[in-house]
Amino acid sequence: MDLGFWQVWEGGWISAILRGAAITIALGMASMVFGAVIGVGCGLIKWARVFPLTLVVDFYTSIVRGVPELLIIYLLFFSSVEFVAKVAAAFGYEGLAGNGYAFTIAVVAIAAISGAYSTEVVRGALAAIPNGHIEAARALGIPGRRIFRRIIAPQMLRIAVPGMNNVWQTTIKDTALVSVVGLQELMRAAFVGAGSTRNPFIFYFIAALVYLAITLVSQGGFDWIERLLRPRTRK
Amino acid sequence: MDLELVFLAVPTLAKGLWLTALLTVTSVAIGFTLGLALAVMRLSKNRAMSSFAKGYSTVFRGTPLLVQLFLIYYGLGQLSFVRDNPVLWWVIGDGAHCAVLALALNTAAYTSEILRGGLMSIPGGLVEAAQACGMSRLLRFRRITFPLAIRQALPAYGNELVLVVKGTSLASTITVLEITGHAKRLMSQTYAILEIFAIAGVLYLLINLILITLVRLLEAHLTRYLPR
Repeated sequence: MDLGFWQVWEGGWISAILRGAAITIALGMASMVFGAVIGVGCGLIKWARVFPLTLVVDFYTSIVRGVPELLIIYLLFFSSVEFVAKVAAAFGYEGLAGNGYAFTIAVVAIAAISGAYSTEVVRGALAAIPNGHIEAARALGIPGRRIFRRIIAPQMLRIAVPGMNNVWQTTIKDTALVSVVGLQELMRAAFVGAGSTRNPFIFYFIAALVYLAITLVSQGGFDWIERLLRPRTRK
Repeated sequence: MDLELVFLAVPTLAKGLWLTALLTVTSVAIGFTLGLALAVMRLSKNRAMSSFAKGYSTVFRGTPLLVQLFLIYYGLGQLSFVRDNPVLWWVIGDGAHCAVLALALNTAAYTSEILRGGLMSIPGGLVEAAQACGMSRLLRFRRITFPLAIRQALPAYGNELVLVVKGTSLASTITVLEITGHAKRLMSQTYAILEIFAIAGVLYLLINLILITLVRLLEAHLTRYLPR
């Protein structure tokens, strides 16, 4: 049974897949950073119950976490295509600037999804900080901003790390969905290779291995960060 | 919002709703059974069994569902022994069957982790007491271990159910016309992107709301001994 191992090697598909993997990692990291920013902002709003904003945040997180990621990606891509084409035409560009545009929208879509999950993680982490710590800081007369910087933020970061690990794992897997709208990331590279060599098995198998490598390596990284942040207590 | 469009979109998407529900129920039924078996294997003293269960959950939780789906739908269809075997071809040859298979295998991995947590939370004394009463291994599992584990694991399992519902949307990428498949088609036909998204989104939220309510009710039923 010929699965086309040789064809993958000969046709230079390995480098295409690795390039795709680089885009997947870049997309995952960019979305995770923006998602974490959204998460900290929205998580603080949800925790402190800032009145009108908390309703907006609730609406955002329940929509994004209840509706399939694919549908959100379709919404953002299809609704932006026309708009971006118009803007590009107004500036005298004919045709879209391909991958750059797709990458930007992909980051927006994945960051929106990852942000909604990060919000819940941050809110949970904030809720896990013992109230006594904040009360004690107030009793010492420390101003609010410094309470946040010295008491709340450091504990929140440490408690949120395991949750953020989960969010990262889902985020990197969600990036595969963007392939359906044509961004040349790992999954798309495998799809193109599978189509043109007619050997889908080997291509998707390699793609699965690369994703597995990415998730396992990053899992190790998060374990290391967690150990680093563990509070040093007296024995 | 255009009323004519709503009349066009709602019946079409409702047709997809049925298929989404069918995909969810089938894959959850298969996935829960597999997940339970994997969780028990994971906790068994047999090294080979527990490392198989661990490897299974690492692989299926470490790769995107889309890759698993494409590997099954496009990849396995390429293998000649799968094509020549009528039973295997019945499973692989159809988009909806493939989607159920991929979703069931995927959710089994997550379910096994959730149930493992539940099984590990059971105090040893309870099992020892059951042993002292002379209960057989199977009876002990049925009467003591499983009911307590499921009670512990139910809130987390509710979240997993929502993820399965969302996962069914990927079936649209292998020509299965469920809600997302119909929604994508309508988006490219009518260009009313936000409206179609809103209707499809409401349908998904509705399914999830019903599921979460059912899980909450079951949870309340299982913890009815607790003071309210």
